[in-house]
Amino acid sequence: MSAIVPWETDPIRPDEPKPLHITVDGTRIEGLQGQSIAGVLLAHGTTEWRTTTAGRRRGVFCGIGVCFDCIAAVNGESDVRLCLRRANDGDTVTTQDDTKEAP
Amino acid sequence: MNADVVVIGAGIVGAACARALARTGLRVVVVDRGAPASATSARGEGNLLVSDKAPGPELDLAMLAARHWPGLAASLADELGPGFPDIEYDPKGGVVVATTEEGAEPLRAFADGQAAAGVEVAHLTAREALSLEPHLNPAITAAVHYPQDAQLQPVVATEALLASARRAGVTVLPHQEVVGVVREGDRITGVRTATETISAPSVVVAAGPWSGTVAGVLGADLPVRPRRGMVLVTARMAQRVFHKVYDGDYFGATQSADADLQTSSVVESTPGGTVLIGSSRQQIGFDDRLRVHVLAEIAKRALRLFPFLAGTPVIRAYGGFRPYVPDHLPVVGPDPRHPGLWYATGHEGAGIGLAGVTGDLLCAQLTGTAPAIDPAPFQPSRPSLAAHLTGGAA
Repeated sequence: MSAIVPWETDPIRPDEPKPLHITVDGTRIEGLQGQSIAGVLLAHGTTEWRTTTAGRRRGVFCGIGVCFDCIAAVNGESDVRLCLRRANDGDTVTTQDDTKEAP
Repeated sequence: MNADVVVIGAGIVGAACARALARTGLRVVVVDRGAPASATSARGEGNLLVSDKAPGPELDLAMLAARHWPGLAASLADELGPGFPDIEYDPKGGVVVATTEEGAEPLRAFADGQAAAGVEVAHLTAREALSLEPHLNPAITAAVHYPQDAQLQPVVATEALLASARRAGVTVLPHQEVVGVVREGDRITGVRTATETISAPSVVVAAGPWSGTVAGVLGADLPVRPRRGMVLVTARMAQRVFHKVYDGDYFGATQSADADLQTSSVVESTPGGTVLIGSSRQQIGFDDRLRVHVLAEIAKRALRLFPFLAGTPVIRAYGGFRPYVPDHLPVVGPDPRHPGLWYATGHEGAGIGLAGVTGDLLCAQLTGTAPAIDPAPFQPSRPSLAAHLTGGAA
């Protein structure tokens, strides 16, 4: 969790954040309320989760919703940009592999 | 710099003109103010359509193009080899449907008129339409299959034509805006860019929706105006749309002179797995701001054709400008008031499909050989264009 700003010195929201968890491809990952799902993954040390049609690995590229590199399925909804989606406790994330037939 | 012909515009029409001219042995220079294939050629869906054209000269040109593309696609692939990206030429056919009772009879009558002009047309029952497009809304009132409609990837196709043109000796000068003209008396003998003067006895304006502006820089007058369009792109999915499918209102929108927003639904898959959802037509100059209400209207109409799209993520929207001409015909030929000046432009939404035959038609006129189709209806001097020129008829 060293990758995130200590809440005591956070100028925007100096409140102690509540923990949450999400499930990514069946693995439980701890995060904090207020993080995007991409933020939870990055803080966990995961930097790539999608596979392109060319077989290359992708994670956050732009981080602001423009590039669509960080998409994954969230609670059954496909092609969600994880950089824009606020993590909710109990979210189920399924990574997408575009070398396989699209659903 | 000297050349036999300067082509202004490195979009698909300029590329096809340059390639055709160079293959007759002429020295050709292509100039573009931006990168090749970066404007209108990159902002459409890659349509090669006969289905949306009423009997007349444009349909004749489109039918010639439909016969011409398979050979052109094959010869480009053969010449450029497997290292060059595929232009994704796909003669997938079109399915045009009516979604209202009032729309059914006009669609059938329109198709019968096209059939009389030689277009391959098959009237479909709702059941037959659903066998071609299983995810189509079953509540359609009429449907027509057009097997001659096709699609390709327009940016790759433009680059392929330019690559082939370079092999034939063409020089392409990107990021060189034409800022002036060279004249000897009445005759245009070249163009100036910020850094170059290119002398050439023939200058071809193939600048798409900017052709009117470019003609103005050259001291000429051409009534080409921009007509904006927007397209939505879905996330990748398993293929559920198999033809180019559109509602019968599309033809009315293409032929209208109305400047206000018009939308009609055009839906098709791409080999990348996305679905492209169009279309809109709006005359708002070169205003390229994103218009959310236009996208909303396009999306709403698409759901009438394919209800399953309601749950599909849209990942992107893009827009561009079509080269609109008031009498709805391309302009391919010499400007009689400015010897040395030629046009290949004004195809509105049909420029991708008509590019190859336009290049050949321009080339035949410029080199004095027999064209494959009568060039008279496409002349800049045609009567239907005269009223739109300053100073009246030539």
